[in-house]
Amino acid sequence: MSPLTQTDRTLINRLQDDLPLARRPFADLAKELGLSEDDLLTRIARLKSDGILTRFGPFFDAAEMGGDFCLCAMAVPEHAFDAVLTKVNAHPEVAHNYERTHRLNMWFVLACETPEGITQTADAIEAETGITVFRFPKLQEFFIGFRVAA
Amino acid sequence: MTMDATDRRIVEALQGGLPLVAEPYARVAAELALPEGELIDRLQAMKDSGVIRRIAAAPNHYKLGMTANGMTVWDVADDRLAELGAKIGALPFVTHCYERPRALPDWPYNLFAMVHGSSREEVAEKRAAITDILGDALNGCDILYSTRILKKTGLRLRKRG
Repeated sequence: MSPLTQTDRTLINRLQDDLPLARRPFADLAKELGLSEDDLLTRIARLKSDGILTRFGPFFDAAEMGGDFCLCAMAVPEHAFDAVLTKVNAHPEVAHNYERTHRLNMWFVLACETPEGITQTADAIEAETGITVFRFPKLQEFFIGFRVAA
Repeated sequence: MTMDATDRRIVEALQGGLPLVAEPYARVAAELALPEGELIDRLQAMKDSGVIRRIAAAPNHYKLGMTANGMTVWDVADDRLAELGAKIGALPFVTHCYERPRALPDWPYNLFAMVHGSSREEVAEKRAAITDILGDALNGCDILYSTRILKKTGLRLRKRG
């Protein structure tokens, strides 16, 4: 992975803002950053292949599509961790999953097309693994500031 | 918003990301055999209704040097939660802040605040600032650092028929 230049950092920060819906969405951004459109696209592709950006595109809100999200957690024994992980991640409803320092050591978000999908998927994971899936749906959102300064 | 079959095909086509080409919507429209204008109009309707939160990049915190990612969790007196949650959510270093249900006796915490930093010491300092704000409404707390990303794909619709 090549080291990040100041232009890369500016670009990463800028790309976390909403990109306007235009036929050539990268052209205006390139101008703003003093780059050519080609150079901008090459840089974004490199940041993706280096894993600095995990994804670039629309962020869909499952709840607004009539579905739902839910944060879930499991206490997975160390010796069974990889086997359980394979079973959990096999569900396309698992949008992301983190290992964390706690007895509840596996934390994942379910994104489902229907509200019932949350219960169905969490129940299925419990049945497949024999481990309780704690469910922590959001009751109230205080802020969602998604930006990370590069 | 009510999504029709075409909207759903659009979500399926874009959930992996936008093609990195000068005219990405023309490319996707061609794949879906839709006029580009219709695709853009439908995406605009999804943005207006909140189905699309934004069109943007998801960075990998770890690769940006934000190697300490702490999920701070708090047991806050229920009658103070709305007032204090708003204060915690407004802190510049808190990236997500939610009220969630307790799961007693395993899990006594009802407020979750995500704190990122370049070291665990930095995250611990930020956590101390939250402790001060919660004051005597605080009954207990913990911090769960992430040690590994196990999956990060975002929403994926199941294939239909």
